Amino acid sequence: MDYGVSDPAGGSPRSSTQHRAIKILLAGGFGVGKTTLVGAVSEIRPLRTEEPLTEGSLRTDSTAGVEGKTTTTVAMDFGRISLRSDLVLYLFGTPGQQRFWFMWDELAIGALGAVVLADTRRLADSFPAIDYFERRAIPFIVALNCFDGARRYDTEDVRMALDLDPDLPIVLCDARSKESAKDVLIALVEHVLMTASEEPVSGIV
Amino acid sequence: MPANDERWVDAEAGPVVRPYALTQGRTRHAGESFDLVATVMATPAALTEPAALAPEHMSVLQLARAPTTVADIASDVDLPLGVVRIILADLRELGLVAIRRPVVMAERVDKHTLREVLNGLRGL
Repeated sequence: MDYGVSDPAGGSPRSSTQHRAIKILLAGGFGVGKTTLVGAVSEIRPLRTEEPLTEGSLRTDSTAGVEGKTTTTVAMDFGRISLRSDLVLYLFGTPGQQRFWFMWDELAIGALGAVVLADTRRLADSFPAIDYFERRAIPFIVALNCFDGARRYDTEDVRMALDLDPDLPIVLCDARSKESAKDVLIALVEHVLMTASEEPVSGIV
Repeated sequence: MPANDERWVDAEAGPVVRPYALTQGRTRHAGESFDLVATVMATPAALTEPAALAPEHMSVLQLARAPTTVADIASDVDLPLGVVRIILADLRELGLVAIRRPVVMAERVDKHTLREVLNGLRGL
């Protein structure tokens, strides 16, 4: 049995093999291909959450007729990519609807950044996610999932439609393709690196 | 709504969803909260088989014998995250697991780690 992380000298369990977990969020409207993208590039794992309905969610969720309901169920997927033995990337697909923001708040803490996956036929579906990340100053990029039969838009038209900053990367992708999904993640990390150079200490969570 | 599995919960327990029967109806865990990707690991104390643990607590403890995360455990035991958190907090109180915040949690991911991630992704 290997207890790896514990320090034989009995010190803090932080030394030798640090297990580092990095989070990336994948947001976007329903059916935009979040699960497909996660599955293309990582080992996909199901996660069930059953959260008690808080007063906040009771106000926004219509519980008329189901007054006895005290919990709400959220099924979500996450993907795991082992980059190195001690460095694992976790991709969390976040349910798009605003009422799941209680999940987002938790997921966003300490996240490397986010990818907003968008479908050009339903661009408006990505507004809440974009809004969310902009307000919290979480670095993100927009990835346009090029569905078969979807009209190809010029990324600059999309930038205008979504009112995005000129330096915010917009990439085209095919969520089914591993290479394409990988390129999306690479574009995000490159963007975060760039942003990190410009703002020496952002430090906010 | 009551299912057969809810035999542990009497009428006074109020409406609880079945998985929370495993936690005696508790929906909030004790102690410091922990992230979805916080690292969980069994402590040396867990080596001596603790006798009075519920099967679900045992399963979670088994999974933590090698460093893992809260999300991985929840997926492996196929229990809702909220339930797994309570079980983990119980185990922590018993001194059987250590839960450590992700290294990068406190602040934004540092540049060195970002480059490592980038290289890792390129090498996939």
